[in-house]
Amino acid sequence: MDMSPSTIRPKLTARGVNVFYDDAHALKQVDLDIRAHEVTALIGPSGCGKSTFLRCLNRMNDLIDICRVDGDIRLDGEDIYDPAVDLVYLRARIGMVFQKPNPFPKSIHDNVAYGPKIHGLARSRAEMDEIVASSLERAGLWEEVKDRLDAPATGLSGGQQQRLCIARAIAVRPEVILMDEPCSSLDPIATARIEALMDELKQNFTIVIVTHSMQQAARVSQRTAFFHLGDLVEVGDTDTVFTQPVDPRTESYISGRIG
Amino acid sequence: MTDPRQSPTETILASLPRRRRAEARFHFYGIAAIGIALAFLILLIGAIGHQGIGAFSQTEIALDVTLDESVLDPSGTRDPETLSTANYRAVVRAALGEIFPDAVRKRRDRRKLTALVSVGAGFELREQVLENPGLIGRTMRVWAPADDEVDMLFKGVTARDSGRFTEKQLGWLDRLEAEDRIRSAFNWRFFSNGDSREPELAGILGAMSGSFFALMTCLVLSFPLGVMAAIYLEEFAPRNRWTDLVEININNLAAVPSIVFGLLGLAAFLGFMGMARSAPLVGGMVLALMTLPTIIIVTRASLGAVPPSIREAAIGLGASRMQAMLHHTLPLATPGIMTGTIIGMARALGELAPLIMIGMVAFIVDVPQGPLDPASALPVQVYIWADSPERAFAEKTAAAIIVLLAFLVVMNLTAVILRRRFERRW
Repeated sequence: MDMSPSTIRPKLTARGVNVFYDDAHALKQVDLDIRAHEVTALIGPSGCGKSTFLRCLNRMNDLIDICRVDGDIRLDGEDIYDPAVDLVYLRARIGMVFQKPNPFPKSIHDNVAYGPKIHGLARSRAEMDEIVASSLERAGLWEEVKDRLDAPATGLSGGQQQRLCIARAIAVRPEVILMDEPCSSLDPIATARIEALMDELKQNFTIVIVTHSMQQAARVSQRTAFFHLGDLVEVGDTDTVFTQPVDPRTESYISGRIG
Repeated sequence: MTDPRQSPTETILASLPRRRRAEARFHFYGIAAIGIALAFLILLIGAIGHQGIGAFSQTEIALDVTLDESVLDPSGTRDPETLSTANYRAVVRAALGEIFPDAVRKRRDRRKLTALVSVGAGFELREQVLENPGLIGRTMRVWAPADDEVDMLFKGVTARDSGRFTEKQLGWLDRLEAEDRIRSAFNWRFFSNGDSREPELAGILGAMSGSFFALMTCLVLSFPLGVMAAIYLEEFAPRNRWTDLVEININNLAAVPSIVFGLLGLAAFLGFMGMARSAPLVGGMVLALMTLPTIIIVTRASLGAVPPSIREAAIGLGASRMQAMLHHTLPLATPGIMTGTIIGMARALGELAPLIMIGMVAFIVDVPQGPLDPASALPVQVYIWADSPERAFAEKTAAAIIVLLAFLVVMNLTAVILRRRFERRW
């Protein structure tokens, strides 16, 4: 296993995380480290809390009135639930790609340019065009859209839209990218493209992906965390989790008996 | 009861005719409902159109008037003061006298003859002379408006033997007609005059201006306030007992009868704040109170109809809540907000009750020049004319309704067009 310094010190650490929706206890005492420049997959049956955990990492749960988060989550050692934390800055560092492609009903260019624009990352029009082009290129979409950057983003296919959303997220140059089942509404070809993309992106970004597909977790991730009914059951190297699971629940899920 | 030995297929087959009949009945009820509604609509528009169409034409009498300097401006100074107070009625009378030299000998006949021409003939001459004093001393042919009774006679509303005219008067009118001195012209006075006691001079411009100023006040107040309140409630307000209470009250306010808002306006704006009576400004403020809940509700519904994924996308990129709202949610909700606002405005345009309470129901001749001048409004004008005894006001009433309906149709069409133009799909 790679023991370079970046993998030793975790990018994100979660300690004793509990999440409640009103009275429902959605996530129980979760401790999890996420290492830099790796893809960490969160798997588990529906309703197990994996998406909830993901949304704790960039505080998207703050948008839900009834949601309460306890515990300690740190990004590079800083508590992200500290009242002094600026959510705008936090979410600029931790980007997100959603389950359903959700491009803005604007042009392709404007979709990618939106993040850099609100954060003031481009000082000139040329610089902005450069950011847009390089983000689209890294998302593997440039060749398909370079001649119609002014076309509406909603006219793209589902797979293209999702890659556009990835381009939009990386245009802000975040440190971490959270992906919430990014391929669940895509066909196998589009899925394969996005998986290949994740493999490339992990050199520059830390990626956390929620997925329902165990094959996908096995293909793209270096580490896998298995959630069940709000508990983090098991976490480890993907190969180990899939071949020699420690917990019987993990074993049953992987072999298809629960979930 | 179904036979337990029957297979499900047979049971379903047996039930099909009944279901098909129910379907057909339902279909028929729907068509019948639409048919009845359409029939009433056609009846309404037909009746109003039939009655009101007459108001758009006016019987006019040709007079060869001599603008005699000795009558209008004996001193010859062309002083506007003198010109505006001069006796133009005498000029009109003289012109009539030239056509009927016998009639003007007797005082009674002279009065009967002059009564055939509207007093407006003199006013119109005055306008012309004030605009161009060089006309004095010249003789020219003018088409003077006929009196409303004459107008009704030529439009066929009153009969010759109705007792409204003497034999002599009928004879004069016949001669005028024979000499081609009577015509029916487009009634531009209806669109350029304020209200008047004389039906043939009464116009709708004053009411239209009053409605315009009131609606502008209403829009300027209720639109920004309503949208701001809706944005706060939808996006930023916490969900707790207080916001629930506010929400319930807004919904209740939307259902409060408009006359109650009129009473509130009377107490608050006129009584407490001491603002002017009959002013479109106050009318607009009362209408704004009435429209505000509607705009808040419509705006919240439009904001809520924007898919949350768009907002999440913006927030996930690090946009603040305000940026997500201003850059994404609000633009997408705009067509809905505009449609709702226009429909709210259309409702306010047709509102009479609150205006009664703040004194906008008044006989006001001058066309208001600003939101502080006393004014009436379109529905008020309909109400006043409908209440007037002269027969000619009946067609004016219908014509005012036509104008009001035309504005409503234009506003609602605008709403539909805006919706079509700006609606975006995602």
